[in-house]
Amino acid sequence: MTASTEQATEGLSAESGTVSADDGNQYLTFFMAGEEYGVDILCVQEIRGWEVATPIPNAPPNIKGVINLRGTIVPLIDLRQCFNLETVEYTAVTVVIVLKVETAKGSRIMGIVVDAVSDVYNLAINDMKPAPDLGDSVDTTYIRGLVNVNDRMVILLEIDRLLNMEEMPDLSSVTAAVNPTA
Amino acid sequence: MSIDLSQFHQVFFEESFEGLDAMETSLMEIDPTDIDSETINTIFRAAHSIKGGSATFGFSNVAEFTHILETLLDEVRSGVRGLSRDDVDLYLQSVDCLRDLLTGLQDAEEADLTLTKQLTASFQAILDGDQATPEVSADSVSVATTEPAEATAAIEAAEQASTANVWTIRFVPEQDILRTGNEPLRMFRELSELGNIKVESICTEVPTFAQMDVEACYLGWNITLTGDINEADIHEVFEWVVDESELDIANAGSISANWNIHFKPEEDVLRTGNEPLRIIRELADYGELTSVADVSAVPSWSSMNPESCYLGWDLVLSDTATKEQIDEAFEWVVDESDLIITQGAAVISESVTEVQAGIEIVAEPELVQPSSVAAIEPVVETAAPATPEPIETAVETKKPAKKANSESASIRVGIDKIDSLINMVGELVITQSMLGQLGSEFKMDSLPKLIEGLGQLEQNTRELQESVMRIRMLPISFAFSRFPRMVRDLGKRLEKNIELVLEGETTELDKTVMEKIGDPLVHLVRNSVDHGIEMPADRLAAGKSDTGLITLNAYHQGGNIVIDIIDDGKGLDKKRLLEKAIENGLVDQRDAAAMTDDQIHDLIFQPGFSTAKEVSDVSGRGVGMDVVRRNIQELNGTVEIASKEGFGSKITIRLPLTLAILDGQLVRVGSDVYIFPLVSIVESILAKKDMMSHVAGGCDVFRLRNEYVPVIRLYDIFNIKADSQNIEESLLVVVECDGEKVGILVDELEAQQQVVIKSLEQNYQRVEGVSGATILGDGTVALILDIPGLVKLAGVNHQIRTQVNSLSATQAQTQH
Repeated sequence: MTASTEQATEGLSAESGTVSADDGNQYLTFFMAGEEYGVDILCVQEIRGWEVATPIPNAPPNIKGVINLRGTIVPLIDLRQCFNLETVEYTAVTVVIVLKVETAKGSRIMGIVVDAVSDVYNLAINDMKPAPDLGDSVDTTYIRGLVNVNDRMVILLEIDRLLNMEEMPDLSSVTAAVNPTA
Repeated sequence: MSIDLSQFHQVFFEESFEGLDAMETSLMEIDPTDIDSETINTIFRAAHSIKGGSATFGFSNVAEFTHILETLLDEVRSGVRGLSRDDVDLYLQSVDCLRDLLTGLQDAEEADLTLTKQLTASFQAILDGDQATPEVSADSVSVATTEPAEATAAIEAAEQASTANVWTIRFVPEQDILRTGNEPLRMFRELSELGNIKVESICTEVPTFAQMDVEACYLGWNITLTGDINEADIHEVFEWVVDESELDIANAGSISANWNIHFKPEEDVLRTGNEPLRIIRELADYGELTSVADVSAVPSWSSMNPESCYLGWDLVLSDTATKEQIDEAFEWVVDESDLIITQGAAVISESVTEVQAGIEIVAEPELVQPSSVAAIEPVVETAAPATPEPIETAVETKKPAKKANSESASIRVGIDKIDSLINMVGELVITQSMLGQLGSEFKMDSLPKLIEGLGQLEQNTRELQESVMRIRMLPISFAFSRFPRMVRDLGKRLEKNIELVLEGETTELDKTVMEKIGDPLVHLVRNSVDHGIEMPADRLAAGKSDTGLITLNAYHQGGNIVIDIIDDGKGLDKKRLLEKAIENGLVDQRDAAAMTDDQIHDLIFQPGFSTAKEVSDVSGRGVGMDVVRRNIQELNGTVEIASKEGFGSKITIRLPLTLAILDGQLVRVGSDVYIFPLVSIVESILAKKDMMSHVAGGCDVFRLRNEYVPVIRLYDIFNIKADSQNIEESLLVVVECDGEKVGILVDELEAQQQVVIKSLEQNYQRVEGVSGATILGDGTVALILDIPGLVKLAGVNHQIRTQVNSLSATQAQTQH
């Protein structure tokens, strides 16, 4: 775990210098459709470039298929499609973040396909604002909180809940409500 | 002692389970009328090891139970006691009981001590020379229903017979005992922890100073041990020296649990309004009381004060009184008097005469004197916590074990297999260094050498893979070993005579497959016993021997292991099967006539199908054969039944040798590669248009010689793009599923190769029609097809198959 975290931060240090070893959790952030999202860095196993996955028959469209990660079969999930954002062509810079997700059946390894990774932030619990109550129509339990970094809003995701296979959420309404311009 | 014993628990459990298996096997073999000493020794040794181990690890429930079992076995072994059929049953039950206890401990679960208690009582009864009276067991059941605390107490109660209060031990060690690291002094200390100890040395052997060897031990001891002590505990103390010394342990009698009260009030006790007489009367209400006045403090007449009390009393109160009652009686005077209350000091002589030390105790003043009171006090103390202790340890040991998976997580591997593995790794290293050298200074002219090296590498890898796989292989006797017992018990219960023959027990099988095939096999054997074999009378009437024969046979065939379960019973009743099938709507009345024998027999694998006229507690509830088939199919295996009415049935199970590797046929559909398990493929053919026809209901069928086979279009059910949807340009892979043929349309056949099965469910979820995934040579993932799942997914249900069958039938008729 430590090794892969290091690997993750190492890859990022070129583009950012905000990493510090203070108290509080570190979050890896990534971009999707111009919006910045964050996941707890302790869940992150590694960051890879996109590679063609083997499609799974009759799987929901957001499941892009399975890849071979050093002998383990790992499913890839397109987070754009989870959030009902418009799909884009995968390019050389499309990134797969491999995450270790705790589910009811134990921990699983999954990859999420995102536009690009952004940064690693040190965030204290106090900085975090709860997700706005958007009424019954929008389920916000998949959002850990919102946080302001350099005047930009970062949406921190509750990755364990988000990637629970049994109930893949439709987050389009969340993004729409949080960011009406998107 | 800072060693964490829990690290050895797993080994202990494994060895114990092995021991239990050995006991069971030997018990099955043993002939009560002619006891083979080797067999009984095996049983005894297994019991002894389990006892020793469990005591070491503090599993007192197991240790206590095994101890009594061992005691009995020891008597059988030494020929003191005979063995009856019932005894063997009892021993077998105790094996089960021990297995449950150990499993409970392993899983850190609360053990159910009901059976333990019952059996302990039965054994105790046997030991005591009585028959195991139903009264005893019934009684113990009622006691044992609730908490383990009570149960343990009851076990102790059951052992009371072997518990006595005065033990005389004559211990004369061999002279060189000190050299073996044993120290009598330590033993005496240990004994003194058990109870009140009195040691007298025997100095008769001590030589003159001139002849004396400083390292030798010339002394012997007569030890008198008083207290509520188990004989086993004493034996345990001497466990290490018993072979090197003369040891006599005798029960010299028992101490009554009477209360001895030494009561000497202060002289002015009467002035404070207390009346010793009243107290003594009160005590007399609680039980039988004898009192002796202690007049030692009475002064001369001249100095006597009439208002003072100079008397003291030594009272003996029967054990019907409780400590609380006594304390209460003395409540008001306890501060103003000299009061000593002890239990169980007076000796009631039983077998006193035999040992001199025993007499000594009796010779001691019967009534309590301060000195002996002090000595006896610890007895009460040690006796009191004795009951809760075992439970405490049991609970303690359970905690660290947590929920260890009861499927044993380790495997025993023969040293030869390991050696061959090491050899192969050695060769691999050599090949690697050779290739490395070639690579570092590569010239074109060494190309042949490189190719040769790569060939060697391939061979090494294959051999290595095979050897690693062999590590997981175990002889099938592991799965077979439970059957002799099961068949015996079942046969007895159903009053059938059955002989079980096991063949091919050394056939090796993957451990995972073995674990998973166990339950289906049990079910099938049980079915054979219950439904297959007839009652002795019926057998004789049918002209067969009254003893039914069930054969379990295992052998290798190709890359599969085949297990046959053959019985010479009554076979399947085709007529009844058909009736039942029609009744359940599984088969149409019209189709029934056209069904072949195999198809009829196959009906028993349909869900909810049971032909047993009455549901017995053994089998016949109709859940079963379909589950058996499903379990076997999950292992990529098949199950078939052949039967001849009146002559018996034969069930054949075919299983792959391992679950980790599969022989696969790679096929391509569009841009995706899928893998068919090779075992399921019957043939692959190039489809022609005129072979195809369309059946109402949306299913294509094609004519394969004389059969009509439904067609599944893989691209259709997987929602993928194929090169062509034109049947003429595609290939048909004919597979067999549940004894029916199905054709699956693919674009192209690729290589056949062994693939390593990887789980999709580990990180994803179950996918219909796919049993797993594998990684191909180029590092990409390919999915392995699950044929039954595919058929289900395609909706080729029974109805359509029935239509196809009727089509085949008409076809056959027109041809004739």
